[in-house]
Amino acid sequence: MIGTLDPKIPPGPLDQKWRNHQDHSRLVNPNNRRKLEIIVVGSGLAGGSAAATLGELGYRVKCFCFQDSPRRAHSIAAQGGINAAKNYQNDGDSVYRLFYDTIKGGDFRSREANVYRLAEIANNIIDQCVAQGVPFAREYSGYLANRSFGGAQVSRTFYARGQTGQQLLLGCYQALCRQVASGTVGMFPYTEMLDLVIVNGQAKGIVTRNLRSGKMERHAADAVVLASGGYGNVFYLSTNARGSNVTATYRAYKRGALFANPSFTQIHPTCIPVSGDYQSKLTLMSESLRNDGRVWVPKRKEDRVKPPSEIPEGERDYYLERKYPSYGNLAPRDISSRAAKEVCDEGRGVGPGGRGVYLDFADSIKRLGVETIRERYGNLFEVYKKITGEDAYKMPMRIYPAVHYTMGGLWVDYDLMSNVPGLFVIGEANFSDHGANRLGASALMQGLVDGYFVLPNTLPNYLAGQMGKRPSPESAEFKQAEQSVRARLEKLLKVNGTRSADSFHRELGLLLWDKCGMSRNEQGLREALRKIPELRAEFWRDVRVPGDEEDYNQSLERAGRVADFLEFAELMCIDALERDESAGAHFREEHQTSDGEALRDDESNAAVFAWEFQGDGQPPKLYREQLHFETAHLAQRSYK
Amino acid sequence: MNFRLRIWRQRDAKFRGKLVKYEVREISPDTSFLEMLDILNENLLRAGEEPVAFDSDCREGICGTCSLTVNGEAHGPDHPGAVCELYMRKFRDGETITIEPFRVGSFPIVKDLVVDRSALDRIVQAGGFISARAGSAPEANSILIPKHDADLAMEAAACIGCGACAAACPNGSAMLFAAAKVSHLSSLPQGGPERERRVLKMVRAMDAEKFGNCTNTYECEAVCPAKISASFIAKLNREYASAQFRQRLGE
Amino acid sequence: MIVAVTGIILILFVIGHLLGNLQIFLGPDWINGYSQHLRDLGPLLWAIRLFLLVSVIIHIYVTIQLAIENRRARPEAYVDREYVKATFASRHMVMSGLIVLAFIVYHIAHFTVRVTDPRFGLLKADPLGHYDVYSMMVYGFQNYYVSAFYVLGLFLLALHLSHGSSSFFQSLGFNDRKLTPRLALGGRIFAWLLFIGYTSIPVAILAGVIEPAQQL
Repeated sequence: MIGTLDPKIPPGPLDQKWRNHQDHSRLVNPNNRRKLEIIVVGSGLAGGSAAATLGELGYRVKCFCFQDSPRRAHSIAAQGGINAAKNYQNDGDSVYRLFYDTIKGGDFRSREANVYRLAEIANNIIDQCVAQGVPFAREYSGYLANRSFGGAQVSRTFYARGQTGQQLLLGCYQALCRQVASGTVGMFPYTEMLDLVIVNGQAKGIVTRNLRSGKMERHAADAVVLASGGYGNVFYLSTNARGSNVTATYRAYKRGALFANPSFTQIHPTCIPVSGDYQSKLTLMSESLRNDGRVWVPKRKEDRVKPPSEIPEGERDYYLERKYPSYGNLAPRDISSRAAKEVCDEGRGVGPGGRGVYLDFADSIKRLGVETIRERYGNLFEVYKKITGEDAYKMPMRIYPAVHYTMGGLWVDYDLMSNVPGLFVIGEANFSDHGANRLGASALMQGLVDGYFVLPNTLPNYLAGQMGKRPSPESAEFKQAEQSVRARLEKLLKVNGTRSADSFHRELGLLLWDKCGMSRNEQGLREALRKIPELRAEFWRDVRVPGDEEDYNQSLERAGRVADFLEFAELMCIDALERDESAGAHFREEHQTSDGEALRDDESNAAVFAWEFQGDGQPPKLYREQLHFETAHLAQRSYK
Repeated sequence: MNFRLRIWRQRDAKFRGKLVKYEVREISPDTSFLEMLDILNENLLRAGEEPVAFDSDCREGICGTCSLTVNGEAHGPDHPGAVCELYMRKFRDGETITIEPFRVGSFPIVKDLVVDRSALDRIVQAGGFISARAGSAPEANSILIPKHDADLAMEAAACIGCGACAAACPNGSAMLFAAAKVSHLSSLPQGGPERERRVLKMVRAMDAEKFGNCTNTYECEAVCPAKISASFIAKLNREYASAQFRQRLGE
Repeated sequence: MIVAVTGIILILFVIGHLLGNLQIFLGPDWINGYSQHLRDLGPLLWAIRLFLLVSVIIHIYVTIQLAIENRRARPEAYVDREYVKATFASRHMVMSGLIVLAFIVYHIAHFTVRVTDPRFGLLKADPLGHYDVYSMMVYGFQNYYVSAFYVLGLFLLALHLSHGSSSFFQSLGFNDRKLTPRLALGGRIFAWLLFIGYTSIPVAILAGVIEPAQQL
């Protein structure tokens, strides 16, 4: 039986829904706000901005992050920029166009009302960030500068060098610091959420572990906000930070929150390839490199080990230019990623392990001169040299796709509240805005829109009815939750096997990358679904976690996260298998056009798939939220 | 490549620490320094010993989590760059490498190579922000900022908050860190009304955290992974002097 | 900041003192006249001396205090330590400063109070009736040990100033990215010019270029 879901989209025309909703939402008066406690898990763009804003409004906020400071959340690594339809360039941009591009980019698998609100509020975000002192790039006139990004036809991206995420995060970190100093926000760094506590069907608290002291704590609140980021690290290798994990959202899932579209994971085409099996993470190289670089591999397998300079022009296959003559090297992320995989699968990949393609600047250097190239990409070439030891001015770069972002996440309604009342989910942790694929420079936008403006206006709608209902952390539900967390940690420590948690994680990552990565098929997914439980069983039989619980124990920390990834991976594959179509980043080999394009099935799959936990070892239950496209009309994309 | 390692091991702030010798073998020159430590930890784990605790997160030089002193230099010998951007090809085969934590009194040791840098957060909490309530911001382009000022602010704002400046400073001073934040915010017209209060409070917070004093050795800028210039310290001194002067005048 | 301001005062004194002393190369009349002129200032001379003394005391008091704080800021030293940019001079300001202090004490006892050398009391006034500073300096420096100690003291002073004479710009905020390296270089050149200037006197005397104006 498939359940249905009500997203509680407000009535009225698309462009007035948010206004109408705000007009009719319930409010909490300022005197009552300080009696309400809110837990925010995560301190990145979404969590940091939410905690700061809620504190500013007068609520009592507790903000948790596993890092040693909120400033280190992984939002900091975002490079490119943040979108907003300011239309400063007079190039025809509008809120509608940003909305439409986002819907289309997401291959019509996101909710219209949420996306429209996102596009609408994005403008306020730019105002807010400028007011906070974010040093966006400027023209000589002193006005804000824009660039076009990720193949958009308008220049709507605001940026701060290649460090936009860092600057936006520092902006909200500073706002957060201001609230910490004023006493409205209590900051809990190096503290990990290990369980969600539900009392009378409502989210009322969390159980945490202080990573440095090992101390377990119970925190009760009137509402819980998860802003714990994405789960890209399920693949072991990704552009995510080492610590990024699925634990907070997955534990919420196990407590009844629905997980939506877990199979929607975005692959970024230009990352530095894996150099060996010791590798711990992948580094993203800005996509802008594709503006001046030409992608190729040797035509013949035998040439893959030859130095590139010894492969003559006629022996090279500029496969993107060949297959997609009009877009060429600028073909969209998922298309160029899959094309790279294809040529490597054919055995023509270059570099260690044969998993890489050349990105060649020789022609551009000839055409524009080495100085121009240095000016445009100098810092990226430096990064490349640091990591690989190779000089990209003299020989082509090697690149390969890597996991970058996850569109899936906990299911939320229009108010960003999950199906569990009182549990709100914002930023990358929710599923709401990007559908099956995310546009470049839209992740930062979503995190901040959710945190600064949406959540602070939707949370009162729930809180207004919650005065005086905060349970004691001594109540049975909290004790039970803490017990189960303790039991699990003890279980991990007791296995005392022979292998590190990392080694299992790496194995899981390879399996997923192969079967549920850039392209998927039924057979592979079924194989993965068979192997994951085996690997999980092996983990619980043979993992070794040294040290003890009441201590700073990095091995224990990691093992707990890997254990969750081992369960979550299965959910991801189930979802990928259930979604019997290709959409955006989810490419099912069975469903493609004759040109190898993703083929959607709007008849039966224009819906959000949300999964409900049914107990360990039980298949999860599927809920569907039908998507209605009243304003943006379903269209097939083509990049030929 | 093979390496001999001397690594600082310390149970926590209360216990005394010491350098312990380890060896790693057959390391590819393309391995990053932290991956080399991952390999060491994997070996230690298999041998039933406790892995070495060290901090890292993004591993691409932007989050500022990693914090090792390698052969006596904060972030190791490959400046500018965080230690996560250091690769083993920078070392000689067979070399002995000494790894210590960032040593500053204000950064107490948590365990092995991990230190507590919350003192830096408290400096920012003292005033390192522009108070702008969400919702009250004017239209972004109503504030014009000369490109030069915006670029200068960006250069200062690039600080990743790792604390290497204080770790490398012969005096354990965090001036470069505070200077970067003060310079970033005071280069911009926004937050002008808070400008004097900000610098005074931040400098006081820094002193209260018992960081050392700047004697202009410029060791900080030499190891800074974000290439923050020590000229921002001059700017901080200028801001501080003028704020103090005006405040006295105001009284 | 206090260190910087008192430092500037002391640097100005060091420059003035050098210019005065270099008059030795112009012959006894110049330098003896100059010193008589200084003594004729009477109470003003004492005021200047007091001012300098206070500056020195403050300079030292504050720096020692800062140095103690700095020591405490790193309770546990690095086992292995490499410096990338911090110069030897910049890292040892307290050490060089204290040795210079010892040198100054000796220097004052030697030439101002004249208690270390009994011969200085035997010197007669010069033809113009001034105290014969010229001959005093020549006799003073003819002793190899004395000269060697002076050169050592001056060497440390120069080392101290090679950092200090540009550092105060930074402390007072009169600095920017372009100026910093230039000031640092300028400071170093300045300090070593002072060293050459000052040491030229004992060197010239030992080399016999300058001889006493009167025999004892």
